[in-house]
Formats: sequence, C-alpha cells, structure tokens
Amino acid sequence: METIQNLISTFLNPQYLVVALPDILKYGLWNTLFIAIIATAIGIVIGLVLAALGVSNSRVLRWLAGIYTDIFRGLPAALTILAIGGGFAPIVNPITHGNPYPLGIMALALIGGAYIGEIFRAGILAIDKGQLEACRALGMSYNAAMWKVVIPQGIRSVLPSLVNQFIAIVKDSSLVYFLGFATAQRELFRVGEDASVTYANLSPLFTAGVFYLIITVPLTHLVNVIDRRLRHGRAVSDATTLDEDLVAEVPLPARAAVGRE
Amino acid sequence: MTAPTTNGVAHLIDGTTGASLELKGISKTFGKNQVLHGVDLSVRTGHTVCIIGPSGSGKSTLLRCVNRLEEPTSGTILLGGEDVTRANPDLLRRRVGMVFQHFNLFPHRTVIDNIVLPLRDVRKLPVAEARELAMRSLDDVGLAHKRDFRPSSLSGGQQQRVAIARALAMKPEIMLFDEATSALDPELVKDVLDLMSGLAQAGMTMLVVTHEMGFARQAADHVVFMDRGRLVEQGKPDELFDNPTSPRLAGFLSKVL
Repeated sequence: METIQNLISTFLNPQYLVVALPDILKYGLWNTLFIAIIATAIGIVIGLVLAALGVSNSRVLRWLAGIYTDIFRGLPAALTILAIGGGFAPIVNPITHGNPYPLGIMALALIGGAYIGEIFRAGILAIDKGQLEACRALGMSYNAAMWKVVIPQGIRSVLPSLVNQFIAIVKDSSLVYFLGFATAQRELFRVGEDASVTYANLSPLFTAGVFYLIITVPLTHLVNVIDRRLRHGRAVSDATTLDEDLVAEVPLPARAAVGRE
Repeated sequence: MTAPTTNGVAHLIDGTTGASLELKGISKTFGKNQVLHGVDLSVRTGHTVCIIGPSGSGKSTLLRCVNRLEEPTSGTILLGGEDVTRANPDLLRRRVGMVFQHFNLFPHRTVIDNIVLPLRDVRKLPVAEARELAMRSLDDVGLAHKRDFRPSSLSGGQQQRVAIARALAMKPEIMLFDEATSALDPELVKDVLDLMSGLAQAGMTMLVVTHEMGFARQAADHVVFMDRGRLVEQGKPDELFDNPTSPRLAGFLSKVL
C-alpha cells in the first residue's frame, strides 16, 4: 500500500502534475512540433534524393546512398545529434549566432532522411516496371519518368510508413535537449525534465509524456485509416460515378467487322 | 446515357506521317540465352504487319527492339530509311508509339492527364493545346466522357483504348502493339481490335504482335510467323493461313485455329 502511495506521489502528484503545464503549453508543445515538422520536411527531401540514388542504374550512386543509409540508421540518434550539434556548431555559429536549433533539426533530418530514403526506395521498387517502360516508350527521359510517374505513385503507397517515421522523429526530438536550448526553445521533454529537477518529482515528466501521446496516438490511428484506404482503393472522388456499371463499354463505330476465331 | 459521338479513327492519324521500318539481322542475347537469331523484317509505310507464333518465340522481344526498350545485341534498325540503331533512344521513341499487353496507364492520373503528361513533357505543348489534343484523341476512341476518371475505374478494354489514344496523340510514325488484347476479358477484345483495324485501314503504319488470328487475317497486309527466335515464314495473310509451307507453321495453326 505504501509502495503504491509512493509511486503515486512520485509520478501522479497533482501538485506537480500541473507545474510544467504553463511552459508546456507556451513552449514545449510548439517547439517539439516545430522541430519534428521541419526535420521531417528536410528528411523527406534527403530521403527522395537517397531513394533516387538508390534505384539508379549507376552502381557508384547506389553505393553512396547505401553508405549514407548504413551510417545514419546504424548510429544511435543521441550520438548523431550530439556529434552534429557539437561538431558543426563552430562552423555555423556565424550564421546561427549560437542558436543550437538549426543543428538539432538538421541532425534529426539527416537521421530521418536515412529511414525515409529506405521507405521511398521500397515504395518505388514496388511500382510495376511497366510504368517506367510506358514512359520511356512515350519518349520521356529516365529522370522525367521517375519524377513525374514512378516516384509520385511510390509516395502514395508509403504514406503510412512516412507518418510512422514522423512519429519516430517526434520522439527523437526529445534528444535535442543535449544541445542546451534557452528557456523559450525547450521542447516537451526538456520542459518536463527541468520541472522534475526543480521540484524533485517525476510528475512533470508524466505530464510531458501525456502530451507526446496527444501528438502520436491520433497519428497512429491516422496511419491505420490511410492504410485501409490504400488497401481497399479510394472511391472515385474527382468524377461522378453515376451509372459506372451501366456505361461499361461504349461500342466504337466498327469500321470493319473483325471475326474472332 | 447516350453513346458518345466519335469522329472515327481516320481523324486520329491527322498530322501523322508514316515511316517505313526495316529490321536487318536483329539478334538479341540475354546472358547465355539467345532469343533472336538475325531476324529481318520490313514494314512498308501505311502497312500493317502482324507477327504470330508460339509464346517464347521472341515476338515481343523483337517488337521491343524496334523502339529499343531492349537494345539489340546486333543488327540494324532503319526507320524511314534512317539508321536509328545508335541514335538517341528518346528521339527514336518519339517517333514510335507502343501499346502494351497490360496497358500501363498511369493509375495516379486521370484519363486525360495520362495523355496530357507526355504531350507536355515530350512534345512540350502548352497546357491548353495539350488538353485540346488529348480531348480529341479521347473522343476518337469514344472515351471523351471518361476524361476525369481514374484508369482503375475503366474496364480493361476502355483502358487499352486510352493507352492507344495516348500513343496516337504523340503523332508517331509507326505504332507497335505488343499483345494488346491478351490481358482482356473475351467480351472486351472486340472493341480494341475494331479500333486497331480502323487504324490500319486509315493508313497507320503498324507492327502488331498478336494471338488473334482473325485479326491478323483480316487487318494485316503481311503476316510473319516466328518460332524459336527465327522468322520461319511470311507472306500475305490468306497465303500464310490457307497454305502454310513450313511444318512448324502448319503445326502452330492447327493448334490455334
């Protein structure tokens, strides 16, 4: 009984559950979302380039993409964030004026890009090769075919994985606290952690955790919805489907009767 | 629902100049497997040549060598008398339309955008002109009313007609058909074959790989029988179908007719 009471006072102490709330609502939530969204956006660009390299005909380009992916997927996120945040700070300081935000976001984007690249690559390889062939037969260049036909289809099918990757980035964004943000730049975890240290109680971290779940849980359900839609095909929304079955085949004016054997 | 008006297929090849095709000694090897052994074949401007033969005889590979989706291991391709064996393949393919067994329409684009995309990308037409041309092509294959649908909501026969319209809108000098009706349900085959016959009659230069012997007999100016990577026999359709000289063709016809 005493243990349970201890646990409750450690994690669910009403007094401390709310102490971090003002800072969470003022800074933490928005900073976490900001970091994750920008990092994902940059990660998508990196991932697109990696995927394009990864499916190219050149062995050297595929090899380069593979090395990048191996490194950034293979290293712990904490190590990468610390290495990039610390290592590149002196170089970018003249531009960032000591603000660690851009490097933290960049590190997350570089890591996310490696995963997103693999997601895109798998999506592209899943597209029927007849699509590329049809483009080439029409006279389109390899690049035009990839960017206008193959990649857009690949992206559709990988939307669920992409949302999952965004969730992973939301969670990994907690690691940028290593880089020591100023008060107003703290993200969810750091806000919770600071309050926990100040009040010597873990309840503020619990509150921060709830806010992570508020972001991530609806997204996981969104993934399921997208997944189901992709699997069962979307209703034709851009044209009236009126009498689709009745219209079926409209006969052509037969210029010549063709007999079938 | 009233049937859409079609202007007839003759209209489809307006502004198209046909070109003769000549293949000389085309060979193709995949690894250790030689699938084509020095095939010679010619298609005169405005003519339709059908290639028949058992599966695995190299018909499709030969067709794919014409626009160099497969690069011939050796041999020469002459289009309109011009040697295009080593030319820029994209420039060659602009002059050669191709229709595939599985249609290969772009599923993420509407029917009309399937046609507009290559017109914009390859022929660099302005949007308005590309859309107008695409609409005319769709109208010609009787599917103007489907312009805003996704390909997946069309029947196989309709999809293949869109694919044909897409190829024709590029104003090719010759059209290649690679078993264009083989993936279709039997009741949908006729519309596609009718369209192809119409094109042939309108004077399109065509090279057609087909299992439809009725079509070959009726629409072709010339029929070619291939077996095991070689051109075994060729001639006018009636001669070939009624009096096959080689035992292999006779054997093949006895199985398919």
